[in-house]
Amino acid sequence: MTGIDVDYVGRALLRREDRRLLTGAGQFVADLELSRMLHVAFVRSPLAHGRIRTVDLRAAAAAPGVVLALNGADLLRLVPPAPDAQLSLPSKWTAAVQHDFLNPQQPLLAHDKVRFVGEPLAVIVADSRYAAEDAAELANVELDPLPAVVDAAGALAAGAPILHEHFGTNRIGHFTITKGDVAASLAAAPHRLRRRFVHHRYAAMPMECRGVVAAYDARSDAMTIWSATQVVHWLRREAAHVLQMPEARVRCIALDVGGGFGVKGHVYPEDLLIPFLARRLGRPVRWIEDRHEHLLCSAHSRDQVHDVEIGFDDDGHILALDDAFTADSGAWNTLGAGIAYNTAVHLPGPYKIANYSSSATIAVTNKVPNSAYRGAGRPEAAFVMERLVDLVAAELKLEPAEIRRRNMIRADEMPYHAGLLYRDGEPIVYDSGDYPEALEKALDAVGGLVAFRRHQAEERQRGRYVGLGIGCYVEGTGVGPFEGATVRLDPGGKIYVASGACPQGQGMETVFAQIVADQWRVSPDDVVLALADTAAIAMGFGTIASRSTVTLSAAIHHASGKLRDKVFAVAANMLECAPADLELRDSSVGIVGVPGAAVSLAKIAAAARPGWDHSRPSGVDAGLEETHYWEPPTVTWSYAVHVAIVDVDPDLGRVSVARYAVAHDCGTVVNPLLLDGQIAGGTAQGLGGVLLEELVYDESGQLLTGSLMDYLVPTASDVPEIAMIHLAAPSPLNPLGVKGVGEGGAVAPPAAIANAVGDALAPFGIEINRTPIRPEELVAAIRAARSR
Amino acid sequence: MKPAKFDYHAPASVEEALALLRRYDGEARLLAGGQSLVPMMNFRLVAPAALIDLNRVAGLDYVVADGATVRIGAMTRQRAIEFSPLIAARLPLLRDAVRRIGHLPTRSRGTIGGSLAHADPAAEIPMVLRALDGQVVARGPAGERRIAAADLFVSPLTTALASDEILTEIRLPAMPDNAAHAIEEFARRQGDFALAAIAVTVAPAAGGRHTVRLATGGVGPVPQRLVGAEAILEQQGFGADTIEAAAARAAELVEPLGDPHASADFRRHLTAVLTRRAVTAASRALA
Amino acid sequence: MSSPVEVRMIVNGTPRAGRCEPRKLLIDFLREELGLTGTHAGCEHGVCGACTILVDGVAARSCLMFAVQADGATLTTVEGLADGDELHPLQQAFHRHHALQCGFCTPGMLIAALDFLATNPEPSEAEIRDALSAVLCRCTGYQNIVKAVADAAEKMRAAGGAS
Repeated sequence: MTGIDVDYVGRALLRREDRRLLTGAGQFVADLELSRMLHVAFVRSPLAHGRIRTVDLRAAAAAPGVVLALNGADLLRLVPPAPDAQLSLPSKWTAAVQHDFLNPQQPLLAHDKVRFVGEPLAVIVADSRYAAEDAAELANVELDPLPAVVDAAGALAAGAPILHEHFGTNRIGHFTITKGDVAASLAAAPHRLRRRFVHHRYAAMPMECRGVVAAYDARSDAMTIWSATQVVHWLRREAAHVLQMPEARVRCIALDVGGGFGVKGHVYPEDLLIPFLARRLGRPVRWIEDRHEHLLCSAHSRDQVHDVEIGFDDDGHILALDDAFTADSGAWNTLGAGIAYNTAVHLPGPYKIANYSSSATIAVTNKVPNSAYRGAGRPEAAFVMERLVDLVAAELKLEPAEIRRRNMIRADEMPYHAGLLYRDGEPIVYDSGDYPEALEKALDAVGGLVAFRRHQAEERQRGRYVGLGIGCYVEGTGVGPFEGATVRLDPGGKIYVASGACPQGQGMETVFAQIVADQWRVSPDDVVLALADTAAIAMGFGTIASRSTVTLSAAIHHASGKLRDKVFAVAANMLECAPADLELRDSSVGIVGVPGAAVSLAKIAAAARPGWDHSRPSGVDAGLEETHYWEPPTVTWSYAVHVAIVDVDPDLGRVSVARYAVAHDCGTVVNPLLLDGQIAGGTAQGLGGVLLEELVYDESGQLLTGSLMDYLVPTASDVPEIAMIHLAAPSPLNPLGVKGVGEGGAVAPPAAIANAVGDALAPFGIEINRTPIRPEELVAAIRAARSR
Repeated sequence: MKPAKFDYHAPASVEEALALLRRYDGEARLLAGGQSLVPMMNFRLVAPAALIDLNRVAGLDYVVADGATVRIGAMTRQRAIEFSPLIAARLPLLRDAVRRIGHLPTRSRGTIGGSLAHADPAAEIPMVLRALDGQVVARGPAGERRIAAADLFVSPLTTALASDEILTEIRLPAMPDNAAHAIEEFARRQGDFALAAIAVTVAPAAGGRHTVRLATGGVGPVPQRLVGAEAILEQQGFGADTIEAAAARAAELVEPLGDPHASADFRRHLTAVLTRRAVTAASRALA
Repeated sequence: MSSPVEVRMIVNGTPRAGRCEPRKLLIDFLREELGLTGTHAGCEHGVCGACTILVDGVAARSCLMFAVQADGATLTTVEGLADGDELHPLQQAFHRHHALQCGFCTPGMLIAALDFLATNPEPSEAEIRDALSAVLCRCTGYQNIVKAVADAAEKMRAAGGAS
């Protein structure tokens, strides 16, 4: 693609991160120990909806060890409101997409009303977390209860209690996207189906909860914030605003982060409040979220209800699809239109659908704010589309795989113009890939469809119910607006790269060392990386949305190119040749075709120094460092086909996943070992989401799943071995040809499993159109079918 | 999630522990393995004035055969039971039940007495005590008394133990060598509390008949013997139709709880399914 | 009573001591008083298993014990697994099989696996999965952890059970 020789890209290098993490020498934010550090606990709302009458902290403030206690009203007098936390939308998008949005801003502490159970009402700072929790129990909170709304339908109903009264409505967002003539083509379609699909609320649930430590240095008027975040530069921007400090005086660092998956992908009130407290008290302040707080207060995800009509012909060709959905955003809308828009544009998936419309309504409810979680709107989309395909197949009595074959975009149709706009404002063009091939390979990996159907028939004779389900998706990855890389030739000859990308376990220290090693013909051991630290690079975006390998590899490539020109200019001066005669080899620069004629990168670094006795040619500035902020032209499209074979116990409703295969394409593979790890982990999360995990609220807005006893994260016994098949159609949109892969695994399992369970239970005529798949509901449906 | 303050005592003897219980007059909690109590304290769902830690009390950690009875000290770790040859030989039902409790690291600390005194309706050991018609020994100010399984469990998390008593020993009748047993559980994940569980033992008796014991866990507020279902099997054997009839009877006998994890109706259904499966498995093991 | 008490224990072969309130959880004592931050708190109610350590040779949740209860005990934490620079066979296998991503659960996984292999040196895959269900991992989907434990078991058997 680019003529870069690859030596390390594509190799299953073992991770450079591992040793510290295996020996207990990693450093997570909770491991940080600072002199005179104080600890924080919050007083949280016991009600889902209520007006605050008093938050009396006199007893709490007098409790042993307490240094400071502030309620929302106190804080409002001390701190300006947080800035707009939402991801901005490009003007190309706002001009083209019919939309209207309201934008409620969550305060750092609730001061007028509470809008979900667990919303912070007051903050206690004490000399230990134990003492802070003791004091928090002493807060005297009086709330006037208001009726709660706990789902989007309730929020949008006439006369519903209004969360944000100044808006006069709970409908805080709406948009419609459309292509073709949906009404006419539906009316003309030989067959039509209407269904409702419900995708429930579940969450990222990283094993490390969130946490923030802040320390203020009065001498230099500088703030350092250590946060378990995926977005250090975003956090710095908002903290600088709240603290009214120049960004240059605020440094934000993410240490080892124990999983993110989206829930740490935006700025939370605590990220801003803790630094404020550190400055006010002149002592380091630490808040480490506990698991109960995490379940109660960190962002949840999914939670959409779709009403869809699909039109198709006798052969199963999809002619039109009309989708209207509600998204329950919880009490605040963290990411604006982002998730719902992802759902709308990803819903057609790998299929040619000439007439398509999706209309989204975002409602606020008295639940935890919703935000991105691995897939960010795409699992919901894939669930709807893939269930529809199976329903079309059932209606026509055809194999679901065959309906997919007939509707999938073929390799010879790439690049394919989808006729919609991505959220970066650019037209959606699927850039590369072979969707039908992925389908066939995934089916082959579970033994093939023909063999399965024979097996299924035999099993049914014995009263056993096995099913095969397919889940396909396409995913825009590597979204802008940008990511940056600073590349520097270190005096010792090593290559130093800094970026705002923020790892949480992906293995970036290994992957980017491989990429940089190939760029510079050095060993990965000679690559020094500085990630997740705002002091290392002026601007950064962070690690969300399956973007870092795509955007940072491109930024590294372009920054390296600029730096290489300068390195070659200096080397040419030293070797007395022309830069065009030079090449990189073995940590040095040498004359092409002349084996001994080379100068090491370390010597070049010394030669390029400012000051006396340098060896720069005239006109070349001192120093060897270049920065490039890469702005992707648009997203590049990954895709995958998941196939599941399940065994359903009709008496217990238990679904066992017997086999699971993923055929996927993420373009150029940088490290196959780490790639497989991303897919396996994502798939396990998707399986957990459809079969086990569920955030349940009662009608008064109380969370009933506030512990890991109730919120069922899958264990080693719940996740099957996942077979993986790699297709690799390089992306034409970036120098390395990579596509993002971080989220994909989690997108298709709900669809694949629902289809597999539906297939298994086809003799009972049971459709699985809502998640999670609960044993009790399966049993009830089977019993009802048997008694018919 | 940090526990509230408490006074801590680690008595060396049962007498000393009893004296402390009296002193705190209902405001202290006994700490055994801590695998249920400490989570509740970390959530501050309970905040006792004092903890009386039984882990340093001598002489509460043993498994001994005493004629046809197996006596187990209340502070015997679940892990010790899991790996005890005596338990494997004489009380295989208990061993199989213990393996289903949480995970090996929680069984390292969790004790048999703690599980019984905590009386979680979904716990395995209470179900086994009920299935085997065991009894526990409690010591209090007035001395020692025995409480039969049928009388021990009052309601969820409540037993017949008085607040000044300590459960010191569990006595279970050894299972006959020719007995068969089975446990069937429905839990959402490995190691989770069961939404419903059935334990069964089948022992050959005179005249080609069998003695059958069936008990529930996780279904109702307390573990329950399913005497009516046992009777069907004892009288009619283990034909498929008989087992089906016993399972149906079992479902009629229970008074299931409903909660967000499972409705009462589902638990009743599970009772029938698990009874059928457990009895089928045990009767096959017998043959 | 509820005032601070002296606690002494052997941790990773070294005698250690500290003072804390009786309510101080063992995990907090290890992390805050002894500076052993390799053991992680993931849930503080005994479910996730990240805090699993060896207490007198067997695995236990350090979030479900009070430090005072470990007075006089011998503990092993993740910091005590390697022999100098030489990683334990389990650590090596985790590295080789890419059995960790974020690494937060890893200390608990390693200790739980170590304890399990002591009770079952030649486990089946199903037995490994059953045992590893004691610790939650959110990153890996477990399959590489299962492979790593099986591989380590083999290596440890070959080395004559020496760990």
